[in-house]
Amino acid sequence: MSTKYMYSLIAVIVLVLLAYVGVEAAGLQIFFGVVIPYLAIITFVGGFIYRVMEWSRSPVPFRIPTTCGQQKSLPWIKHDKVDNPFTAVGVVIRMFLEILFFRSLFRNTKCELSEGGKISYRWEKWLWLFSLAFHWSFLVVLIRHLRFFLEPVPASLQFLEKIDGFVQVGLPGLFLSGAVLLVAAVFLFLRRVYIPQVRYISLAADFFPLFLIISVALSGILMRYFAKVDIVGAKELTMGLATFHPTIPEGIGGIFYVHVFLVSVLLAYFPFSKLMHLGGVFLSPTRNLPNNTRAYRHINPWNPPVKVHTYQEYEDDFRERMIEAGLPVEKEL
Amino acid sequence: MSKLPKSDEYFSKIKHDKTSGAEWMDTPTVIREGMFCYAAKPASVETLGLPFPREWNPLHEDWKLPENWKEIIHKGFRDRLERFRSFKVFMDICVRCGACSDKCHFFIGTGDPKNMPVVRAELLRSVYRNDFTKVGKILGKLGGARELTLDVLKEWWYYMFQCTECRRCSVFCPYGIDTAEITMMGRELLNLLGLNIDWIATPVSNCYKTGNHMGIQPHAFKDMLDFFVDEIEEVTGVLVEPQFNKKGADILFITPSGDVFGDPGTYTCMGYMILLHYLKVKYGLNITWSTYASEGGNFGLFTSNEVMKRLNAKMYAEAKRLGVKWILGGECGHMWRVINQYMGTMNGPADFLEEPVNPITGTKFENAKSTKMVHIVEFTADLIKHGKLDLDPARNDHLKVTFHDSCNPARGMGMLDEPRYVIKNVCNNFYEMPRNCIREQTFCCGSGSGLNASEDMELRLAGGLPRANAVKYVHDKHGVNMMACICAIDRAVFPPLMEYWVPEVDVTGLHEMVANALIIPGEKEKTVDLRGEDILDKEKVGTDEFYTRPSFSGR
Amino acid sequence: MSIQLVNLLEQKKTTIVKKWFDLVVETYQPDTSQFLKSRKDAFANPVGNCISQNLGPLFDELISKMNYETTRSFLFPIIRVRAVQPTFSSSQAIAFVFSLKEIIRENLKKEIREKQVADDLLLFESKIDGLGLIAFDIFMECREKVYSIKANEERKRTFSAFERAGLITEIPANRSSLS
Repeated sequence: MSTKYMYSLIAVIVLVLLAYVGVEAAGLQIFFGVVIPYLAIITFVGGFIYRVMEWSRSPVPFRIPTTCGQQKSLPWIKHDKVDNPFTAVGVVIRMFLEILFFRSLFRNTKCELSEGGKISYRWEKWLWLFSLAFHWSFLVVLIRHLRFFLEPVPASLQFLEKIDGFVQVGLPGLFLSGAVLLVAAVFLFLRRVYIPQVRYISLAADFFPLFLIISVALSGILMRYFAKVDIVGAKELTMGLATFHPTIPEGIGGIFYVHVFLVSVLLAYFPFSKLMHLGGVFLSPTRNLPNNTRAYRHINPWNPPVKVHTYQEYEDDFRERMIEAGLPVEKEL
Repeated sequence: MSKLPKSDEYFSKIKHDKTSGAEWMDTPTVIREGMFCYAAKPASVETLGLPFPREWNPLHEDWKLPENWKEIIHKGFRDRLERFRSFKVFMDICVRCGACSDKCHFFIGTGDPKNMPVVRAELLRSVYRNDFTKVGKILGKLGGARELTLDVLKEWWYYMFQCTECRRCSVFCPYGIDTAEITMMGRELLNLLGLNIDWIATPVSNCYKTGNHMGIQPHAFKDMLDFFVDEIEEVTGVLVEPQFNKKGADILFITPSGDVFGDPGTYTCMGYMILLHYLKVKYGLNITWSTYASEGGNFGLFTSNEVMKRLNAKMYAEAKRLGVKWILGGECGHMWRVINQYMGTMNGPADFLEEPVNPITGTKFENAKSTKMVHIVEFTADLIKHGKLDLDPARNDHLKVTFHDSCNPARGMGMLDEPRYVIKNVCNNFYEMPRNCIREQTFCCGSGSGLNASEDMELRLAGGLPRANAVKYVHDKHGVNMMACICAIDRAVFPPLMEYWVPEVDVTGLHEMVANALIIPGEKEKTVDLRGEDILDKEKVGTDEFYTRPSFSGR
Repeated sequence: MSIQLVNLLEQKKTTIVKKWFDLVVETYQPDTSQFLKSRKDAFANPVGNCISQNLGPLFDELISKMNYETTRSFLFPIIRVRAVQPTFSSSQAIAFVFSLKEIIRENLKKEIREKQVADDLLLFESKIDGLGLIAFDIFMECREKVYSIKANEERKRTFSAFERAGLITEIPANRSSLS
C-alpha cells in the first residue's frame, strides 16, 4: 500500500463521514446544503478566473508550436493544415481535435516486429479510450444534472437523457454516462497503481481527485438506484440554490448531502489543482499558435536589448589577417 | 576511481527488491562518469559577461556556489514564470498521465527512470510547488513539493544536461507540454549560477568573438574553403570559386561551421559549394559566404534566450551590411529551430531585405516572407521541381539510403517532405525507417542541444540506441549503407554512434548527395564521389528487388 | 552432457528463459524493468526487445553444441547495451549470465534429485562459466570500443585545434582515417 493513495483515500472517507454525520447527527442541513455549495461555487468561479488571469498575465514571448506534420512551404508540397497549422483556422481545428478528441494521446502507436521481420502497427489505445470515456461521460453527467437547476426542463435535456438511458436496464433506467464515468475513473486509478512507470510518477494529488470523483459517482448511483432519495425534495433544494431562495426541504436522506458536499469539495479544489488542465490546455503555446513565424513576425513584449559583437569590432580584431587572406574589409589598415 | 562494488552492494544490485518501488524524490541522484559533460571553463563564461565564472567540478562535493544561490534561483524562477507563459502553464497543468514517459530516447536507452520526460519536469515542478504555490507549501511532500537544496540543484544540473530538447515527448502530450521548454528554463536558471557545461559555453564564446562555434578566424575559414576547392577540382575537374563577405551579392549563405570543420560534414559543405557554383555559371546567381556570420548553429539556444539573441543578431547584421536580398540557410537542426521560431521575433523585422524569391524559378517563398531566410532544402527542392538542376541519380547507385529526420526541423518546423523529395531525385535507392521513429515521431541522435562532447560518450551511445536500432533494422532488411540527414550535429555525432551500433552504415548530408548527382558544366568524367569512393559502373547495377522509384504526382 | 539433462532442460525451456529474462530486466530499476517487460515493441523498446530476442536462442545454444561464434552473436547485443548503461558496474553488466545457474537449480530441484543428473548439471554449469568468459570478452571489447571512440573524438578535436592554429600546414595524406 502506497502512502500516496492511502492519504488521499483517507481524506475522501473523512469527507464522506463529515457530511453524513454532520447532516444525520448534527442536523447541519443548512451548512451542507446551502453554505458549502455557495462557497464552493464562489471558490470555483473566482479561483478559475484567477488562475486563467494569472496565466494570461505572463506573455508569450516566442511562438513555439510543436509541429506534428508537414509545414506549409512550396505550393506543390502537401501541407498538413491541422497538425502543423499556418492559419488561425488550422489552429482552431487542431485545438478542437486536441480538446474534444485528445488527438495527441490518440497518436500513441506501437509497432511490432513479427516473425519474418514484418512490421505491423498496433495502436496504444487504452489510455486514450478511457480518458475520452471519462471526460465525455463526465460532461454528459454534468449536463444531465442541469435538470436540477432548470424548470421546466428543456426538451434538449430530456432528449439527452433519453439517449443516455437507451439501454433501459432497471428502474429507474440506468444512465450509461454514470456507469461509464465510474468504470473509466476506476480504470484510471488502477492504471496508476499497476503500471509501474505511472505509479512512479503519481502523486497524492493525482489520487485525491480520482477518489473524489469515484465517490461522487458512487454516491450519485447509490442515491438514484438504491437509496432512492426523495427526488422532488432534492430538486426543491437545488432550484432554491439556483434562484437564490435557498430552502431545506424535509426528509432528503443524508446521502444526498454527502453527494452535494463531495461535489462542492471537488469544485473548490479544482482551481488549486492539476484539474486546471481544463483551462490550461487552451493556453498551451505549443498547441494554440500557428507555425508561421517565418511569414508573420511574432512580437515579444519584453524583447531584451542585448550586447552584440558588431562587425566593426570583429574587423578590428582580425583586420590584418583578413587583408592578408584577401578578404574585403570596410576600413583599410 | 575504483568501480568495483562492495559485495553486499553488488548482490543488492543484482537481486532487486521487487517491492521496493521507491519514489523518485527519495532516490538520491549519483552523478556518474560518462553521463555528464565537463564544467564550463571560466574564460568562456567571462567572454559573454555571464555570472560566476570559476573552475568547478561536477564530481566534487563543493560546486563553489555563491552564498545567496538559493535566492538567485528563486528570483530567476519567479522572473521566468512572469516572462514565459509556456513555463507557467507547463508548471501547473501536467496531470502525470504517463503518455510521455516511454517516449524519451534517454529513458529508453539508459533505463534511468528520472529520464522520463514527466520526471524531468517534476524536478523543477516540485520546487515550484514549494516556492510558488500555497497548496504545495502546506502539503509538502504529499503534494509533490520539496525544498530546493544543494542535492536538488545537482540533480537539476545532471538531468537538464541529459535532455536534448528534441520535443518528442511534446508530440504525445495531450497538453503539448514541451520538455524542451522546461529544460531551457532549467538551463537558464543553472546559468545564473555559472553552471553551464564547457561543450556549450566555449562554442558560444567562440561564436561571439570569431563568428562561429569552432573559433575559426576569418583567414582560416577562407583557407578551409579553399582547401575544399582543391578537393572538388580533383574529383570533378571543375574549379569552384566561393565568394566571401561580398557586398552587393544577391544572397547571403549561412551554414553551421561544423560542416566546414568535421567529416563527413565537410562533404556536405563541398556539396553546397558545388551547387552554388553550378547556379552561378548556369544562371548567374551571385551568392556569398560570410566570415563574420559564419555560424548557422546557435548554442545560445542551449544557454539562454538572451545569449541566443546575441549570437543570432549577426545574421541580419551581416545581411544588412552586405546589402543582399535575402538569406539562404544550410542544413542544420537547431539552427532552423532558431530561425523558424525565434529569429524574426528576436532580431527582426528584417525590413531591409526583400521577400525571398527564387530568381531562377520565380518561386516566391511565401512561408519565409517575414524572416526572409530560406532553407537550402526548400530552395533545392524548388530547383529540382522546375527542372533547373541537371541530375544523374545513378551516380549515387552505390548508396542505399535512409533518411533521419532531425528533431528540430521535424518538430520545430515541420520540414518532412522537402528532404524526401530531394533524396528521391538524387538517388535511386531510398528506404524509410519504421513509421514510429521518423517524421514527427523521429528519434533523436542522443547528442543534440550541446551534449555532443566526448566525455559523455556513454550517455550519447545509450541515448542514440533507439535511433541506431531503427537504422539497423533497415540495414538488415534492405542493406542500407548510408543515412542521410539535414543537421550538422547529426553529421558530427552519428559516425561514432554508428560505429558502435551499426558499423556498416555511414552518414551523409543531403547536399553531398545532390552534388554527387549534379552534372556540372565542364566536369570531367566522374569515377569517384566526393569521398573518393568509386561510383559503380552503371551497367552493373540491377534494379533492386525491394525498390521501385516512386512517381511524383504533384509532390 | 547426458541426453536426460538436455531433455529436461528442453522441456523446461520456456519457464527457465522467462525467469532468466525477468532476472535480466530486474537488474534495472524497478520502474524501468516493468517498462522493459511490458513493451515488446522493437523500436520503442529496443533494450527489452533485444534481451527477449536473444535469451532464448542463447539458451538453445547452451544446451546444444555451444558454438563460440553463434553463442557470441546472441550474447553480443545484450552486453553491448549494458556496456554503455552507466548504472551498471562491469560485474553487474555481465552477472546475469551466472544467474542462470540459480534459476536452473531452483527449477529442477525435484528432477535433479529424482533423476540423478547432478553430475551432468555440474558439467552444464561449467558451460555457463564459459558463457561468462565470453561475456567478459564482449564487455571488454565494447568498453574498448567506447574508449577508442572517445579517444578518436579527442584526437580529431586536438588535431583540428592545431590545424586551426596554423601549426599544421600540410594536409594529412589520409583524411578519412580521422573520421
